[in-house]
Amino acid sequence: MKTLLNQAIDRRSFIRSSALAGGGLVLGFYLRSAGEASAEVVKASESSTAGEFAPNAFVRIAPDGTVTVFSARPEIGQGIKTSLPMIVAEELGVDWKKVKVVSAPFSPKDYGNQSAGGSMSTPNSYLPLRRAGAVARQMLIAAAAATWGTSVEGLVAENGMVRESPSGRSLSYGDLVAKAATMPVPDPKAVVLKDPADFKLLGSRVGGVDNPSIVTGRPLFGIDTRVQGMLYAVYEKCPVWGGRVVSANIDHVKALPGVRDAFILNEAKKGLTGLVPGVAIVADSTWSAFAARTELKVEWDEGPHAQDSWAGFTAEAHKLANASAEVRPARRDGDPDAALAGAAKVVEAEYFYPFLSHTNLEPQNCTAHVQGDKVEIWAPTQNPGSAMAAAVDTLGVPEDNVLLHVTRIGGGFGRRLNADFVYEAVAISKHIQAPVKLTWNRTDDLQHDHYRPGGFHFMKGAVDEKGRLSAWKSHHVGFGSQLGTDDFPARFVANFELRTSKIDNGVPQGPWRAPGDCTYAFASVSFVDELAHAANRDPLEFAMELFAGKGVLPGSGPRGRPYDANRMHGVLQLAGEKSGWGKPLPPGSGRGVGYYFSHLGYVAHVAEVTVSKSGELRVDRVVAAVDVGSQIINLSGAENQVQGSIIDGLNAAWRQELDIQKGRVVATNFHEYTMLRIPDAPKSIEIHFKKTDNPVTGLGEPAFPALAPAVCNAVFAATGKRIRQLPWSKTDLSWT
Amino acid sequence: MAKFDLHVNGQAHSVDVAPETPLLWVLRDTLGMVGTKFGCGIGQCGACTVHLDGQPGRACITPIAAAAGMKVATIEGLSPDGSHPLQRAWCELDVAQCGYCQSGQIMSAAALLAHSPNPKDSEIDDAMAGNLCRCATYYRIRKGIHRAAELAAGKESAT
Repeated sequence: MKTLLNQAIDRRSFIRSSALAGGGLVLGFYLRSAGEASAEVVKASESSTAGEFAPNAFVRIAPDGTVTVFSARPEIGQGIKTSLPMIVAEELGVDWKKVKVVSAPFSPKDYGNQSAGGSMSTPNSYLPLRRAGAVARQMLIAAAAATWGTSVEGLVAENGMVRESPSGRSLSYGDLVAKAATMPVPDPKAVVLKDPADFKLLGSRVGGVDNPSIVTGRPLFGIDTRVQGMLYAVYEKCPVWGGRVVSANIDHVKALPGVRDAFILNEAKKGLTGLVPGVAIVADSTWSAFAARTELKVEWDEGPHAQDSWAGFTAEAHKLANASAEVRPARRDGDPDAALAGAAKVVEAEYFYPFLSHTNLEPQNCTAHVQGDKVEIWAPTQNPGSAMAAAVDTLGVPEDNVLLHVTRIGGGFGRRLNADFVYEAVAISKHIQAPVKLTWNRTDDLQHDHYRPGGFHFMKGAVDEKGRLSAWKSHHVGFGSQLGTDDFPARFVANFELRTSKIDNGVPQGPWRAPGDCTYAFASVSFVDELAHAANRDPLEFAMELFAGKGVLPGSGPRGRPYDANRMHGVLQLAGEKSGWGKPLPPGSGRGVGYYFSHLGYVAHVAEVTVSKSGELRVDRVVAAVDVGSQIINLSGAENQVQGSIIDGLNAAWRQELDIQKGRVVATNFHEYTMLRIPDAPKSIEIHFKKTDNPVTGLGEPAFPALAPAVCNAVFAATGKRIRQLPWSKTDLSWT
Repeated sequence: MAKFDLHVNGQAHSVDVAPETPLLWVLRDTLGMVGTKFGCGIGQCGACTVHLDGQPGRACITPIAAAAGMKVATIEGLSPDGSHPLQRAWCELDVAQCGYCQSGQIMSAAALLAHSPNPKDSEIDDAMAGNLCRCATYYRIRKGIHRAAELAAGKESAT
C-alpha cells in the first residue's frame, strides 16, 4: 500500500522577495531550518511586521537584539557557512556569539550567484558582504542619531550597541530596530567600510557554526532528509557510460519484499550530466531497495565506448605523442629548437597520471517530492542553479514551481556541481508521484562520477651553460580539458612551446579540486626540479630565479590569469626560511619544494620525507607558505583548508587509481580504491600566511596542487628516485 | 520480517524488519537516528561506527539479528548534551570540514579513550585507521583526541 503525502505544497511557502517601504529588499519567505529533517517554512514578512529590522537579504535584527545572518552559499566542508557570515558580522559590529547563522534559500535575485566552486565564494562575496553589514550599521547609527536628535558624527556602532562620545550614552541594536527600519537604505557602494586594522572578528579563530550538530549526530546532510510518507529509491545505470536499458526483470523485482515499484527510465537528458537511462527501484526502506537491487538483472545496450580502457588510452597517448610534429603548437615563444640545440643539458621525460573519482564520503543522494506540476527538493548540491535547472528540465515547469532546499554537503570537491542525482530523484518522484529519497551506493558513486581527467605530458627541457632554464617543449595528451597556453611554466621560459592532443573517449569528466592545476603542477613543477638537478643547482634557488623581478604577467587564453611573479617569489622565500631549507637531513630523508599559482592563491610547500631502503615512503613534515591576499577571514577555517589540502594532496597522489576496462571503472568500493588513512598523515604541518596588499581570495583549492611535486622532489632528494607517474605506489622507491 | 528487541543508547526499541537488515538502516530509517552515516556498506570507511557492547563496530555490516541483545551506543547517545570530552575537543579545535565522517571518527576515538585514556600518536593511528576522512582532517583528529584526553583528565586550559 502506498503512503502518499497528499497535502499540497503551499504556494505561499515558495520563496518571494518584496520591496520594503524603505527601499531595501527583504525575503518574503525564508526557511528557518533548511536541510533539517522537516524544514519549517516561515513567513519573514510576518516577523518583519513584528518589528524586525531587515535592511537587506543578509541581515535581520530582532527587537530582543538577536542578529540573524543568512549564509547564501552551499557548505561543502570549505567553511563558508561560518566565514561568509563573519564578514557581515564584522562590519555590522556585533558579538559573534550572539549571531545566528541560517542557510539562505535559493534566491539568486537576492543573493546573486549561489554556487560554491573554484574557490570563488570568498573573492566574489567579500566586498558585497562587507557592504551588507555596513549598510545595516549605518542605518542603526542613523536611527540612534534620530532618536537622540543629534548628528551621526561621533556615533560609533560596535558590540551590538550605538554609543555617543563623549556623553557615553548608548542604545542597543535591539532598541533601535523599529527606528532603523524607517531609515533610508544607503547606497551599498557608498557606505563607509571599516578600516581592516580595526577588525576584531576577521582573522580570528572561529569554530564552524554546525560543529555542535556534527558532534552530536543531528540531521544536517542531504542523506539525513526525512519527510512524511517518504519512500526510498535506488537507480541502476549501465556500468558503461552512455549505455541504455534493453530489458530488465522488472516483474520479479516488483514482487520482492518491501518493493513499492520498479521501472525503466530510458529517456536521456543533458548527456551524462543529466538523466542517464537506468532502472529505478522504489521501496519502503533503503535496505529493502538495496536488497532488491541485488536481484535486478538488466540487459544493457552498452553503446560505442564499451571497449575503452586505460591500457588503450595509454597506447593512444604514445601514438599521439609520436605524431607530435603534426600538431600545431598552441603556444610558441622564442626559438625552443635553437635553444635546445645550443643547451648545456637537455632532459626529456614523460609524466602521467590516471583518472580519479571524487569519492565524497556522503554518497550522491537527493530527496524529491513531485506533486502535479510542483516539486520540493532537498539536495546536497554545490550548485543550486544546476539543481533548479534539473527540476525545470525534468518537469517542464517554471522555477516558481520548484522549492529547493540546499542541505549541508558531505564533501564537494567539484562533484556536486553536476546535478545528475537531482535529475534522477525528480524523475523517479515524478513517475511515482510520492516523496522519495534516492541514495546511491558506493559502486554507483565510483562508477558514475565526473572524473578528474588522467593525462600524459611529454616534455623536453634545457638549461644553458649558466645553469638557467632556457627551453621547454611539452606535448600534453589529455581527454578533453587540456593544458592552457598560460599554464606554468608558460610566460616564465623565453623559448617555450606547447602542443596538445585529445584522446577520443567516453569518460565523463568534471571539475575536481583545483581543476587542471591539481595534476599539471605535478608534471611541470617536478620537471623544473629535474632541470635544476641537471644544472647541478639548488632547486629552490633555481625556482625562485624563474620568478625574481618579473612583476605581474598578463594572462591570455581560456585558463589564463594575470600571474604576479613577485607573490610567488615571496611564498617560495618564506617557505624556504621557515622550513630550514638547506639544513642537512639524515640519509634516506630529503626536502623538496613545490609551488603553484592556483585559483588566485600563491602557495609554496616544502615537504620533508623519509624513504626506507626497501622503498617505504613517510611524509614527516610539510611547511606551507600561502598568499591569499590581504585578509584571512577565519584563521581556523583557513588553516583547516591548507592542512586538508596538504593531506588530500597525499591522498590523491599516493595510491588512488581508477583503472578502466571494457568501458567501465573497475573499482567497486573502497577495498579496490585506496584512500589515505590517518597513519600516513604527516605528524608536522606548519602554515604561514603571507599577507600582501591584494584582494582576498578563497582557500578550498590553492594549497592542493603544490603538494604532489613537493613530495616527489623530496623523494628525489632522499633517494635519487624520480617519480614520474601517479599514484606514487607504482614507483619502486627502494635505494641502497 | 521479524521482530527484534534493540537497546540503543539505554532505550529499548522493538522493530519489525528483515533479519539480515544491517543495524545502520534500522537506526537511520526505522528509528530516525541519522547520526550514524552510510559511506561504503562494506565496513571499509568507518562512517557508521557505533559501539556494540562497548566495542567499536560497523553498523553497515552488522545484521539486526546480531545486534539484538547487544547494547548499542551511537553518536546521539555519547553524552546527553554534547559534553563528552571528544565532542568538546572537536568543537574547540574545529576538527570537522564537511563533518560527514566525524560521528564515526568520534565513536572510534571514544572506544580508544575508554581503554587508553592518554594514547600516543601510534595508538591513535592504529585505532583510527579504519575511519576514512575524505576532507583529510586527520591532523586535527589526532590533536582532537589528545585534547579530549586532557579534558577528560580535568585539564581545561589548552596546553
